[in-house]
Amino acid sequence: MENQKRILELTEKHGAENVLVIFGAAEAETAGLSAETVSNGDPTFAGPLAGVALGLPVYHAIEPEFKESVDNDIYDEQVGMMEMVLDLDEIISEMSSIRDQFSKF
Amino acid sequence: MSKAVLKSAGYVLVHVPEFVKHTGTTQTVERAKNPDSDYLEALDSHLRPFEEVVKYAPNQVYIGNMVPEDLRSIEMPWCNNLTDINDRFGKFGEIMPEDEFIGLIKISDVFDLVKIEKSFASSVKEKLSNHPMISEEEICAIGDGDEISEIESLISEGNEPLYFDKKIVGCVKKAHDIDVNLNSHVMLENLVAKASGVLAFKNLVKKNNIDIASIDYVIECSEEACGDMNQRGGGNFAKSLAESVNAVNATGSDIRAFCAAPIHSLINAASLVASGTYKNVVVVAGGATAKLGMNGKDHVKKDLPILEDTLGGFAVLISENDGFSPIIRNDLVGCHTVGAGSSPQAVITSLIIAPLEKNNLKVTDVDKYSVEMQNPDITKPAGAGDVPESNYKMIGAMGVKRGDIDRKELPAFVKKHGLPGWAPTQGHIPSGVPYLGFAIDDLTKGSYNRTMIVGKGSLFLGRMTNQFDGASIIIERNPGEIEDNNAVNDASAKKLIAKLMKNLAEELLAE
Repeated sequence: MENQKRILELTEKHGAENVLVIFGAAEAETAGLSAETVSNGDPTFAGPLAGVALGLPVYHAIEPEFKESVDNDIYDEQVGMMEMVLDLDEIISEMSSIRDQFSKF
Repeated sequence: MSKAVLKSAGYVLVHVPEFVKHTGTTQTVERAKNPDSDYLEALDSHLRPFEEVVKYAPNQVYIGNMVPEDLRSIEMPWCNNLTDINDRFGKFGEIMPEDEFIGLIKISDVFDLVKIEKSFASSVKEKLSNHPMISEEEICAIGDGDEISEIESLISEGNEPLYFDKKIVGCVKKAHDIDVNLNSHVMLENLVAKASGVLAFKNLVKKNNIDIASIDYVIECSEEACGDMNQRGGGNFAKSLAESVNAVNATGSDIRAFCAAPIHSLINAASLVASGTYKNVVVVAGGATAKLGMNGKDHVKKDLPILEDTLGGFAVLISENDGFSPIIRNDLVGCHTVGAGSSPQAVITSLIIAPLEKNNLKVTDVDKYSVEMQNPDITKPAGAGDVPESNYKMIGAMGVKRGDIDRKELPAFVKKHGLPGWAPTQGHIPSGVPYLGFAIDDLTKGSYNRTMIVGKGSLFLGRMTNQFDGASIIIERNPGEIEDNNAVNDASAKKLIAKLMKNLAEELLAE
């Protein structure tokens, strides 16, 4: 709930076209649910983003788009271990699907 | 310095379906926001009877009638494949039903805050008189009960009702007219934590034939806070538990660190014993009502029973080296320091890898890791995955990065050095400690030489810091040598003689 509020405030301050959300959830389902919340609105209708479709672009930290845009050594230090642990294909498929459906930028 | 040993352990569960409905925050928040919701409507039909809770395999592991590895041969979801074990008592402890527990709350209340209805009081007293750990004196403390009209009148004034089998059977009164820290809701939460802690303590003592008078310190590490408006969280649950179990020679204090508190407590207890400050320290915690049914919405959505229907409790005894029990290596701890960072990699490095590196050990030199042992039957349907398995994969992945194992060995590492989870999601309860009872067997009668117990905590929930937290400690097979702190070994004797000779020579030269 607190994060939904933060994302909403940041988007109102900087404009949706200038905000991108990076996720780190370990499960594809959880990452997808969070991504849907900040792009199409809170599907549980419980938080500040209920009925608010911000259309923000969403990426997971293990997706190649993010990995290629950051320093290799820092990425390996911070994310290298999780890259070995997580189900990359499942997460990438889930995030791509959310982006294709709801991201407007 | 002497060494401290892990002497014995006790574990309890308390089946509390009515507490799930009336005190679990998922349900109370839903009732406040959406009182006519489908979820609340579906609650009763998704709550399990006591007999099913007893036969549930993870619960039988928790009280020691099965070992964790037995879970690997049962198809998930485990709630659909119950065991044939119909025994509420186990090697480590017991599973208590809700009516008996309300009786125990009444026994644990020393301020006459708990009122229970007459006929309920009578039936609970009869049931508890057959309990092997409840004394006659304690049963007398339940009293004759009160008229239901008196209890209903108290509830109408805002005091918290107590339910059994869908009926009001009592209430917990507020302990102050305006102090929110002593209102009836807080008093209920604290009395539940106390009573379930008492039950764990009693089981530890009874199942292991411990002389209660030998205990000289108690550390309580639950997640509740007792105090009034002038010192919210002032404590001291530990001393109240010691009093309740008649540990007349003990004092104690509380340690709080969210879910990591049990490991911080274990480190503290082992250090207190190793330093000689105390001889026998009990680390104990009761359960949390707020977390009951935390993932209930997901369980109902997937037409599963509400699996978070038990409070958890544990108690372990840390004692002086007896030459047999596993040694707690309070010199081999992992700690998540302020500067460590909060990425999963930084956390695993500080908690697991740093203490291993300090002692030139590989990840494979630890026979079993006990991490957050959450039951995956509960967490997977809620989208949180298999928590222990994820942790073992992370430890293995760091082993790959260090060159301890090859990447293709990762799945085998997870199975060999890990365990399936069996603990209820009660915050501090799953945090490494559920394995301690089994660790005593594995490191004495079994073939293991070294285990690591790991706990993590989400401090940011308290809004005082964004820091993550965690701690770990290694426990090893006892080599069978008991240190004599008064003895002078050969090396130190030679050193002392050499120093005296040198001083004498210098004095002679000076003359």
